[in-house]
Amino acid sequence: MSFEVIVFYLFAGLTLTSAFLVIVVRNPVHAALSLILCFFSSAGLWLLLEAEFLAIVLVLVYVGAVMVLFMFVVMMLDINLAEIRKGFLKYLALALVVVAPMILIIGTVASSSYFDMPRYSAAVKQVAGHNNTYEIGKELFTKYVWPFEIAAVILLVAIVAAIALTLRTTRQLKNPNVEQQLSVERDKRIRLVDMGAE
Amino acid sequence: MTIKDYFFELTSWLPLELSLTLWTTVKIMAICVPLMLSVAYLTFAERKIIGYIQARVGPNRVGPRGWLQPIADALKLLCKEIVIPTGANKLLFLTAPILALAPSLAAWAVIPFDSTLVLSDINAGLLYVLALTSLGVYGIIVAGWASNSKYAFLGSMRSAAQIVSYEIAMGFALVGVLIAAGSLNLGAIIRAQDSELGMFGWFWAPLFPVFIIYFISGVAETNRAPFDVSEGESEIVAGFHVEYAGMAFALFFLAEYANMILVSALTAVLFLGGWLSPVEWIPDGIHWLLIKISFFLFLFLWFRATFPRYRYDQIMRLGWKIFLPITIVWIVVISAMVVWKVPPWFANSAI
Repeated sequence: MSFEVIVFYLFAGLTLTSAFLVIVVRNPVHAALSLILCFFSSAGLWLLLEAEFLAIVLVLVYVGAVMVLFMFVVMMLDINLAEIRKGFLKYLALALVVVAPMILIIGTVASSSYFDMPRYSAAVKQVAGHNNTYEIGKELFTKYVWPFEIAAVILLVAIVAAIALTLRTTRQLKNPNVEQQLSVERDKRIRLVDMGAE
Repeated sequence: MTIKDYFFELTSWLPLELSLTLWTTVKIMAICVPLMLSVAYLTFAERKIIGYIQARVGPNRVGPRGWLQPIADALKLLCKEIVIPTGANKLLFLTAPILALAPSLAAWAVIPFDSTLVLSDINAGLLYVLALTSLGVYGIIVAGWASNSKYAFLGSMRSAAQIVSYEIAMGFALVGVLIAAGSLNLGAIIRAQDSELGMFGWFWAPLFPVFIIYFISGVAETNRAPFDVSEGESEIVAGFHVEYAGMAFALFFLAEYANMILVSALTAVLFLGGWLSPVEWIPDGIHWLLIKISFFLFLFLWFRATFPRYRYDQIMRLGWKIFLPITIVWIVVISAMVVWKVPPWFANSAI
């Protein structure tokens, strides 16, 4: 067994275990941390495929930014485990009805010929100095420039929409006005008074 | 015979893959041990320098002129008991310090100390550093949550929001550097700064606003004064590590100082030409990088002795409303300079 294979099984095992833990652990914070571990070990797998740009960006974007905000929200939750487990049996039948078609759909897609191993050639080994980032950049800005720009515009719209939805200017704000604070002059606050000795 | 040949001769009875791994481990130790020693003496330097700035002497009892003080501190912290609060989540409480320290050590893998001296000369070096520095926040968040304490939680929330905000400005600042250098490899970035202009050809000159913003964001990222609201001892005792004692606390301390050195090293590499010499009569080399790092570390300590702590909303305002727009504008400016080959810096740029 070569070193690469050992590393692959290490990361693959870690990815599967942590992905499984995301669903089964009771504490949401533990689940979020498992999800982080899952992303991280997937990044390790991508590194083995010599996709270093994608692997690092996965860590940077998902682990470094998205999951931090996730953790932020999850930690604020008031978790009462007894409360969560109470309705388990009551909703079990409904849950099974929802889950069964999902499993069916995923099973059909995953077992279709589209995912047959022979359809995919093994990743081509590149020479040591190969610049993966440069290749991706060139493809994105030449061949896929329109989808790329459209995705950018959609994201911009989403940002504007999210801000517009949460911005409430009618509510009385207690934010201090920093411009006003900075523009204060000494003469407006301090008055020096000459007093004779007593 | 080089050390490398000698090492492989010594371990020739082992399988090649194992001895390669061992050799990498030796190289990692060669970075981590001096780093840990620098951290120890950085705390000493901090206390001495801030002492002199405040017209005191600083620590001077342990050893000659106080030089053994950091060793004594380390021994004290090692011998102390690690108290785990009753309501704490034990596993996460003990993992958090490791989560804080590991990224600040791992990021050193791609820092070039010399034109040949670098542990891992990868193409996406700059991205790697950015990704790893963004992981340090987990140690803080997890510590605050697992402590099950209000002060610790408040501190970690403040710190997380601050780090996430400043990371954006920092990321955009790095985009400026990579446009100017045309590469993500840190060694190539330094080589791109090597020109006949000497020290004025380094990236601090064409990227001056970005350079200032990067360093200030670095101070904010490391939670150092004047951005240390996550500790804020006058408001929330000691912030996220209020429940930690002994070696667990020491790991947070190590992480903070290792991060300070990392940010200084990155600023030196990205904007001040790393190992390049500013004068002709002294050759390039690792000594220049060390001098530049020391200069930025001194700035960290100077800031702490000089500035009062920022108010929280002002930190957010600075990050989002001032730094972010400036960096975005400067990305456009630097792109224009590169595309139109603006002299003196980009007269012979490749693009």
